[in-house]
Amino acid sequence: MSDPENKKPIDDVTGIETTGHSWDGIEELNNPLPRWWLWSLYLTIIWAIGYTIAYPAWPLINGATEGLLGYSTRGEVAADIDAREAANAERNAELASADLATLSDNDALYRYAVSSGAAVFRTNCSQCHGSGAAGAIGYPNLLDDDWLWGGNHEQIAYTVRHGVRNEDDDDAHYSEMPAFGEILDKEQIPPLVEYVRSLSGLEFDAALAEVGADSFADNCTACHAEDGMGDPEQGAPNLTDAIWLYGGDREALTHTITYSRFGVMPPWGGRLSEAQVQAVATYVHQLGGGEADPDPVTD
Amino acid sequence: MLPPSVCRLSKEKQMSDNEKIMDSDKDPKVSTLSDLPEEIPNELPLETGILKRHAMIERSATLLMVLSLLVVSIGGIVEIAPLFYLENTIEDVEGMRPYTPLELTGREIYVREGCYTCHSQMIRPMRDEVDRYGHYSLAAESMYDHPHQWGSKRTGPDVARVGGRYSDAWHMDHLSDPQSVVPESIMPRYAFLARTPIDGKHVEDLVKTHRSVGVPYTDEMVENARADFKAQADPDSDYDGLLERYGDTANIGNFDGQPELTEMDAMIAYLQMLGTLVDFSTFTPDASR
Repeated sequence: MSDPENKKPIDDVTGIETTGHSWDGIEELNNPLPRWWLWSLYLTIIWAIGYTIAYPAWPLINGATEGLLGYSTRGEVAADIDAREAANAERNAELASADLATLSDNDALYRYAVSSGAAVFRTNCSQCHGSGAAGAIGYPNLLDDDWLWGGNHEQIAYTVRHGVRNEDDDDAHYSEMPAFGEILDKEQIPPLVEYVRSLSGLEFDAALAEVGADSFADNCTACHAEDGMGDPEQGAPNLTDAIWLYGGDREALTHTITYSRFGVMPPWGGRLSEAQVQAVATYVHQLGGGEADPDPVTD
Repeated sequence: MLPPSVCRLSKEKQMSDNEKIMDSDKDPKVSTLSDLPEEIPNELPLETGILKRHAMIERSATLLMVLSLLVVSIGGIVEIAPLFYLENTIEDVEGMRPYTPLELTGREIYVREGCYTCHSQMIRPMRDEVDRYGHYSLAAESMYDHPHQWGSKRTGPDVARVGGRYSDAWHMDHLSDPQSVVPESIMPRYAFLARTPIDGKHVEDLVKTHRSVGVPYTDEMVENARADFKAQADPDSDYDGLLERYGDTANIGNFDGQPELTEMDAMIAYLQMLGTLVDFSTFTPDASR
């Protein structure tokens, strides 16, 4: 627009050039953009060009440009994880090979195991066992001293590592209570229910329980033991305490005896590191119900 | 340029004829400075070729639309098109397979119930996510998802690797009444899934539909879709064919613990598969991806 003939008219009132647009006599002033705004725009353009040079950006034929800084998201997360692993490498190595029974002698490592085990527990275990480890119907309470598969350090770690009755780990704990609805007559089940209730001091029908006692001796003692104390080798629960995994009322007991139960726990050995397994076992053991560890075998 | 008088005259003539004005020079509504030096013009001077052509665009709605579309699609072409030709968009991983008919049905139920509004299926490559959920998701892991279930809104946790983390019974309990196992949960109940029987009547069509959008189902898989659908939920069935077609990663089981085949079976079969297909022991991440 250097042609002087095309010079745009000047607005009389403000003395500012107009854009030359006029709508019903209303004209548009041609004010320049604020300098700071204009320069910010230019800076962002320059920044954008620099950014696409420094970081992966432009798609080409075989891949995108990699950027001068060599940044990659995967590299970053790997570095993040490595840095954290490296910071704890020594403790984790020590914990992974530690004898959990004597771990509490090493105060620093023990506290590390308990607090990192608590984090592992809340992330991975709380969905079934509850965030406070109190369990739910069908999912054992880990605060009490009633253990299906044993409650010393090594036993807890084994259960965490291999799980219970799952198909993913050949070393998983396995046992299967028969569905006695298929073995016994229907009328044989209520006496058993009464007898089981009598074992743990619940209110029961004495006449029926007497009948049930014989039936218990014939069918149940192989796993639950003659006194009903159970067998942690087979994951057979102790029937004499007040702790019930699936409920101790008549309805629940009838269901348990008739259809049996088949609680499954996935193996965590593959998902968690050895140090994490040891840590969570330590954490669970110190929640309140951990059993004494066997004396070390001396050779 | 037409002299002003001609311009004024032609205005009335053209208005009365109501004809289309193709040339902007003849538009009576436009007056330029060179036409009317003594008056204020109502249009930018049409001195340059570019401005003249621009006037052409502004006067044709169709042309304006076509050209706007072209401009807007440049962004799309630059961002999307390379994903279709770059070989490293989806890396080769061991283990990915099309979903079994039962899993695919479970996936349809997952989508139908809007699970994606609270649960994402994409573990982002960040340390805390990897710590909590497992290995970050790979593009290959959702290559048979139509549509994918990535999402970024997590009212509930990510479920990309929920498979195998919990027992079938837990899923049954949790879907039926989430608060029975996770008292803090705000998830609604889906107990009706266990009361809704399904027979796989349309599962073959479903498999075919997914094949038509590129999921590599074989003819054999399509033919046996309904049989595989039923076999997977019945541990007493003859499921060898199913395992042969889909591999050992197909979980067989009575997922909901009920004799009847219900939507709950399909749902749990789908959830138990999530994130378990890729064999990460054979996977080496390519950093520049």
